[in-house]
Amino acid sequence: MKKIVAKAVLILALVLMAALPLAAQKGSIKIGAVLAVTGPASNLGAPEAKTLEMLVAEANSSGGIAGRKVELVLKDTGASPEKALSFARQLIEEEKVLAIIGPSTSGESMKIKDVCEEGRTILLSCAAAEAIVNPVAKWVFKTPQNDAFATRWIYQYLKDKGLTRIGVVASNTGFGNAGKAQLEKYAPQFGIEILIAEVYDKEATDLTGVLTKLKAKDVQAVVNWSIEPAQSLVAKNIRQLGMDAPLLQSHGFGNIKYAEAAGQAAEGIIFPCGRLLVADTLPAGHPQKALLQKYKKQYEAKYNEDVSTFGGHAYDAFIILAEAVRRAGSAEPEKVRSAIENLKGFAGTAGIFNFSPTDHNGLDMSSFEMLTVKNGKFTLLKP
Amino acid sequence: MAGRRFLPLAAVALAVAALQLALSAAGAVYYLTQLTMSAYYSLVVLGLCLLMGYAGQISLGQAGFFAIGGYTSAVLTTVNLHGLSGTPAVQALARLGVLVERRDLYDHVLLSFAPWVGLAAALVLTALVALLIGLPVIRLSGHYLAMATLGFGLIVLRLILATPLLGQADGISGVPPLPLAALRVTGGLARRVENYYISWALVLIGLALAINLVHSRVGRALRSLHGGEEAAGAMGVDTARLKLATFVLSAVFAGVAGVFLTHYNGGIGPSEAASMKSVRYVAVVAVGGMDNLWGALAAGALLNFISLRGYLGSYDDAFFAGILIAVMLFFPEGLLKARLGGRRAGRAAGSG
Amino acid sequence: MRFEQVFQYFLAGLTEGAIFAIVAIGFNIIYNTTGIINFAQGEFLVLGGMIAVSLSAFLPLALAVALAVAATIVVGALVDLLFIRWLASPSVLRLVVITIGISILLREGMLHLWDEKVRALRPFTGSEISSVRILGARISPQALWALGISAVIVVALSLFFRLTLIGRAMRATAANRTAARLCGINTRWMVTLSFMLSAGIGALAGCAISPLTQTQYDMGASLAIKGFTVAILGGLGNSMAAVAAGLALGLVEVFSVSLLPLAYKDAVSLTVLLIILFFRPSGLFGRAEVQRLKEF
Repeated sequence: MKKIVAKAVLILALVLMAALPLAAQKGSIKIGAVLAVTGPASNLGAPEAKTLEMLVAEANSSGGIAGRKVELVLKDTGASPEKALSFARQLIEEEKVLAIIGPSTSGESMKIKDVCEEGRTILLSCAAAEAIVNPVAKWVFKTPQNDAFATRWIYQYLKDKGLTRIGVVASNTGFGNAGKAQLEKYAPQFGIEILIAEVYDKEATDLTGVLTKLKAKDVQAVVNWSIEPAQSLVAKNIRQLGMDAPLLQSHGFGNIKYAEAAGQAAEGIIFPCGRLLVADTLPAGHPQKALLQKYKKQYEAKYNEDVSTFGGHAYDAFIILAEAVRRAGSAEPEKVRSAIENLKGFAGTAGIFNFSPTDHNGLDMSSFEMLTVKNGKFTLLKP
Repeated sequence: MAGRRFLPLAAVALAVAALQLALSAAGAVYYLTQLTMSAYYSLVVLGLCLLMGYAGQISLGQAGFFAIGGYTSAVLTTVNLHGLSGTPAVQALARLGVLVERRDLYDHVLLSFAPWVGLAAALVLTALVALLIGLPVIRLSGHYLAMATLGFGLIVLRLILATPLLGQADGISGVPPLPLAALRVTGGLARRVENYYISWALVLIGLALAINLVHSRVGRALRSLHGGEEAAGAMGVDTARLKLATFVLSAVFAGVAGVFLTHYNGGIGPSEAASMKSVRYVAVVAVGGMDNLWGALAAGALLNFISLRGYLGSYDDAFFAGILIAVMLFFPEGLLKARLGGRRAGRAAGSG
Repeated sequence: MRFEQVFQYFLAGLTEGAIFAIVAIGFNIIYNTTGIINFAQGEFLVLGGMIAVSLSAFLPLALAVALAVAATIVVGALVDLLFIRWLASPSVLRLVVITIGISILLREGMLHLWDEKVRALRPFTGSEISSVRILGARISPQALWALGISAVIVVALSLFFRLTLIGRAMRATAANRTAARLCGINTRWMVTLSFMLSAGIGALAGCAISPLTQTQYDMGASLAIKGFTVAILGGLGNSMAAVAAGLALGLVEVFSVSLLPLAYKDAVSLTVLLIILFFRPSGLFGRAEVQRLKEF
């Protein structure tokens, strides 16, 4: 008897919840966000979520986008693809959002790519995998730069310095494995010889074991490809082992906290990165400068923490969407989608975006600069 | 007599149907998505309940079996043999009728194994692994059993993360629907109601199996195990075989759930093999009452539903831990005190 | 392999092993007095590190560490007083489940009290790039600190259990609870004390390793798993054996890196765990009868 009553209550509760109004306020624009705010990818999702909330508040306080109020529906996936999928479906069907920003990781993005395509909802992913936009799905875009660009920047630097015998370590995550694949792909082209390539667990607590292997091979440089905090361990362990080889990292290093965690060991690390972290040193008149400085100032004032390039991907997603709505003159999904596809020369935090029907990322090699760490701060690498 | 014990099953079936009709009428059909996913997770919990409550074995590795089932079918249905279609091996497979050609969303040609092959292979592999692991594991008890099963689950996770064929950290996407006669297990919106019923039908089948088992001689032998292994052994109960059989059965429940949910979601990721998932399964069984199939089902459905809807946002895990601790402290018999058939193990010993 | 390389692996293995051993000792202390495996042990290490990092922003390092240890001890006591003590008739299943719940609660608590960002304590001496040469191999001074502190903890604990009245009372409770109570020992407080002690050494270890491994709110689980493996390897309840087992496992893991791809490192220690559990669950140094005593 009890079980039947319990089930009846459950049914009733659900029916009542169903009756709650879910429709968007008249004329407002509903944007969904599926981000890994907590959990294993929180170093990505938390700044992304904060950035979005900041931007939405700012937009609404100045009349919204094209005169319409913006509603943000943010869901925390905890980096779980099943949750990302469930939330994506919710956002598409129930909340009927115009677009979904996120997810934070490639694994989650690949899981919801088809759902968004079938649901005719714009997806602006903040994850880096090339597979997200290759093959191109009409409704799916991504804002981070391609790993291939970072790889080519790193290799060009190494080639110029004559450091051709290298060791590669990458974290065992989507980002790390993708980067390692790119490194292996482009090595012959630049005359680079990868003497040893290993993958480390993102929760590793000590990497002296694997780095001893690199030291034994007498590598001339170490390339560390990761987006998690464990990458700072590589920096520390290398110096503790007494290795002098220069350390190059990927754009996944774009968070000052990683440099701080590595302390002195971070000095001299070289990595390709978007210009956000060195906004102040850009020449006046640079198309991105004003935008970057504004983001940096607002974010740091509001949240009392440093900006990171990860948050920047969410920033780009939002302003691209906003611009597309303005240009389309409406919030009709197909029109907005088409407007995004035709966006050219649009300045974002990651670079200048040039979208096209065959390019749903819109960035190229020039979106990066070579940065280094000097006195615990990120600066442009002087050639 | 037999009819009476299956009456609650009918009640559940009715409730499931009533819920769907109510939601469709209210225009809130989208809830069915999370209800379907919850059903599959509940299936895992049911199997674990049999193992924990009736055979008295804790297992912190059910997510490992779920993953074995899901990944096997995912790999077989997404591996693309199109480039090898000229080779004799692939030709032979084609002649056997186990391959299937299709086009994906981007018009690429894919040649993979048929989904039914994936399902069969997943079931066989899950059962085999459970047998292999089960043989040494059932000799353990208490904390050692917990650790061994936890270790197993973690090894599965590590192997997945280390193997490119299994998609490593990104998992596998693009898994096609699983055809079942005229039905298809898929997440497509057009077949949403159908899939809701498929998932709950699977749960009901699992429940029926479980109820049957519990009330059979085997089941009574199982419950005697729980009461005291040495006594049971003295009565001629083959404790080892029983425990192993239950272990394998619970693993197969998890594996089947894994296959179906993978086809429903169109993919699977390493997060399904994470130790937190195994912990959650155990916790749900504990909350429902260790040997209470109904409790396990209700707790499984409800807690997973809440989690998948995101009602608690970032506090989902904290809430879950809180419930867990509260139940262990204040309701050690589980939240739903209703017991299966109303008979306790002790009294049952007297009757035939 | 050159000698320096072998010795390098040796040092790395020792350092890792020392950390595992400390976590295992934390388990053993609680297990001995209560028969409970405290799945939240890893969280004590993380908590100690987190508190120390926050305090070290405005306090001298030594004081920050001391206060962090003290605060974690209080948390350990609370864990027992609020949760464990209330358990009326604990079965193993229930105990396992409740300590898992506590572990998740502590982790989520840390997430919401601090945030998701990674932190690291300043190295006790030198900097992140300091390096000491020993026999051709190099080791960070902080690793030497971690090794040293672990050794001090082990020695201090064995003296405590052997020589002090309280220590002996705890051992009595571990050996036979009823008899201990008959002798006038307040066994309930012995349980609380064991949680406090485990929390304290966990926090101290957590501070010692924070400059090396960094500290993030969700690190507890992986530390705990390594700790269990070592505790079981040595024989549950046997802390001296845990030290040996910890060092052994640390060495096995690091040397496995020289043979296998790094991605399989964790699978190696997990396989070791399963092998031990399947063939010799009482551990390398444990005795079978001792285990049965601990069943509830």
